[in-house]
Amino acid sequence: MYDFDWTSIPGAIPLLAKGMLITLEVTITAIVVGIVWGTLLAIARLGHNVVLAKLAAGYVNLFRSVPLVMVILWFYLIVPQGLKAIFGDDIGDIRLTSALVAFALFEAAYYSEIIRAGIQSVSKGQVSAGLALGFTPAQTMRLVVLPQAFRNMTPLLLTQAIILFQDTSLVYVIGLSDFFGTAYKVGDRDGRLVELLLFAGVIYFVICFSASLLVKRLQARFAK
Amino acid sequence: MSYQWNWGVFLQPSASGDDTYLGWLFTGLKWTVTLSLSAWVIALIVGSIFGVLRTVPNRWLSGFATCYVEAFRNVPLLVQLFSWYFVLPELLPAALGTAFKQSNPLWQQFFAAMLCLGLFTSARVAEQVRSGINSLPRGQRAAGLAMGFTLPQTYRYVLLPMSYRIILPPLTSEFLNIFKNSAVATTIGLIELSRQAQQLVDYTAQPYEAFIAVTVMYLLINVTVMFLMRRLENKVRIPGFIGGK
Repeated sequence: MYDFDWTSIPGAIPLLAKGMLITLEVTITAIVVGIVWGTLLAIARLGHNVVLAKLAAGYVNLFRSVPLVMVILWFYLIVPQGLKAIFGDDIGDIRLTSALVAFALFEAAYYSEIIRAGIQSVSKGQVSAGLALGFTPAQTMRLVVLPQAFRNMTPLLLTQAIILFQDTSLVYVIGLSDFFGTAYKVGDRDGRLVELLLFAGVIYFVICFSASLLVKRLQARFAK
Repeated sequence: MSYQWNWGVFLQPSASGDDTYLGWLFTGLKWTVTLSLSAWVIALIVGSIFGVLRTVPNRWLSGFATCYVEAFRNVPLLVQLFSWYFVLPELLPAALGTAFKQSNPLWQQFFAAMLCLGLFTSARVAEQVRSGINSLPRGQRAAGLAMGFTLPQTYRYVLLPMSYRIILPPLTSEFLNIFKNSAVATTIGLIELSRQAQQLVDYTAQPYEAFIAVTVMYLLINVTVMFLMRRLENKVRIPGFIGGK
């Protein structure tokens, strides 16, 4: 039977906390940029400008058909090559930056679909009412439709945030030391991979399970 | 920009000498498809069992199924994969663990990835199956039981055939997800598509061609699955429902 030895975990807490900060940095950036950019994409897709609508649809479909691992690698291996060609060789350690960009652009595609459904769930009468009150279409969108849409889709946006928080562990493929990456490195260093992996799993579970319970509560309140 | 495009690189003999780089890509595609399909079989079977368990009138069974689903939903896929690959062989009885560690590395990677993807997706399939069954009118279950079917027979002949047809569209997205998620197996070294993309960058120094080719392959997988599933959807539509004719 395997001999568990948990002693390397207490000493690694500061390192792991640092990793968790990176995990949160990527998660929060991706949520904020993803929702803003995703909203613009959703509006473009629903708008009357055919070219913009097609472009937005193409963007969303491309990112949704390709694995996240590939997108992270694109922004780590491919985009820097282009940047190097333009700005010269001196671009330093781009792991964090490329992860932030990759997650923000990738998640925008997923958020845009949620937001599009949210906007479509607002009744047409609301738009007519906004226009009849003398709002411009942009004002109607901003002041009448979007607030209601966001209210309807808050639970979905939060659920997506939980999935996103889990998915940030994939920055492992570019060697960034997020929470999971740190746990793996510590485990590998101390020959205690089993313990560190189980520990990381439990921490992720506790965070995500509590968050999903909160979302469920919120949903129940919204449903009233 | 002075990048030298060279699409001919795919026809050059690869670093291992016995294949072309295009051959490498097809090997990757083969593993991606094999992994995804075999994981899908596990996901569908295990997911259906737990989905049904979540709807049975027995608190212990449905509670157990809920725990299963929550456990697999709230731990990142990568952590699950590493657990199957690195942790499980240590916790197995010594003989079994050693046998696993001494087997062909490719099969170790494949087996761990298949189990991981299959069970991860099974939790999501279970949720779909549960919502499908719950979306049926309650009278269906009662009718089945009143006809003299036992509870398992009611599920087998009345509830499940209906609910599978209802949940086919969300199942399609799960099926697509499994192809995308299979890319995670690159982290334990399985030579699927994403791994081959990285290898091509390492060996050929033609990153754009490699990534464009692999991205196109993922897009083709998507298009194929969508096409096949749409045909299946048309075939199994339930007459009299909104989606039906």
